[in-house]
Amino acid sequence: MKLKINKKILAKNEDCAAANRKFLKDKNILCINMISSPGSGKTTTLEKTINMLKGKVNIAVIEGDLQTQLDAERIRATGAQAIQIETKGACHLSAAQVTNAIHTLNIDQIDIIIIENVGNLVCPSDFDLGEEKRVVLVSVPEGDEKCAKYPKAFAKADVLLINKIDLLEHLDFDVNRIKKDALKLKKDLKIFEISAKTGDGFEDWLNWLTKTKK
Amino acid sequence: MHESAVAHDIVNSILAEAKNQPGKVTRVLVSCGQINALNDEVMQFAFEAATADTICQGAKLEIKHIPLKATCKNCSGEFEFDLYNPNCPKCGKSDCTLGEDAPLLLEEIEFEED
Repeated sequence: MKLKINKKILAKNEDCAAANRKFLKDKNILCINMISSPGSGKTTTLEKTINMLKGKVNIAVIEGDLQTQLDAERIRATGAQAIQIETKGACHLSAAQVTNAIHTLNIDQIDIIIIENVGNLVCPSDFDLGEEKRVVLVSVPEGDEKCAKYPKAFAKADVLLINKIDLLEHLDFDVNRIKKDALKLKKDLKIFEISAKTGDGFEDWLNWLTKTKK
Repeated sequence: MHESAVAHDIVNSILAEAKNQPGKVTRVLVSCGQINALNDEVMQFAFEAATADTICQGAKLEIKHIPLKATCKNCSGEFEFDLYNPNCPKCGKSDCTLGEDAPLLLEEIEFEED
């Protein structure tokens, strides 16, 4: 006997993500899901972002890692709120974990929540967390073929941050190649070239962030 | 896609549906898009692992890949979008408008007849 089901798979995560999105929208909080490989500079980018917007925009961070509180401690050292999710082996965050984290934060004063996903350019791109915007970050030492190799992360992103541009003079990284590859997959992708170490290029990224918040 | 999470979700949905069915599951049909895509080989393996010792054990898994329509902005040609080669097959340009990608769907479950 054949049963017609036509039920969405992973609907539970989608429902949970939709509830997160609604909750944050009602509170007028911009939520961003940041995805990248390990070691590309997500946490350093967030530290710089928080410090440069201090006094103007209040940012909180939800950190995802397999284990340790190291990243949340780095964020807290800036004075910002941070919640660490230790996934204990899971390679991505899911919407329900983010729900719990949101309700642990003191959200009254928060303008923007940035979720730093588990360092992984593959699995996190399949899981909606309830974010308003998705940012994919690639760093110069990783190589300019990242988009060609891992297209899905780019196809679903709103912003591409190219980090560690202070290293461009030492490495063979073709900025135009990765830009071209990424724009093939997402026509209206916003691209910012930054160095979280020197602060180069941050003006445009911070302008986008504060404008998107409004 | 994240095939093991997908496989577990399918099995949970089947078990919920199967409460009112007497027989074993013989066939399962799922469909996916091009960005929401499943890898056949990995999915078959994950499905086998997730169905072990359940009423779905041994069931045949069929995966339907639904094309994603793209329209080239340069030559107006219509083509099926390939995430891993996003250029227009006619003129080679990459500037195109994408249709909506199909979601991951559990379409059908077949149970053995008495």
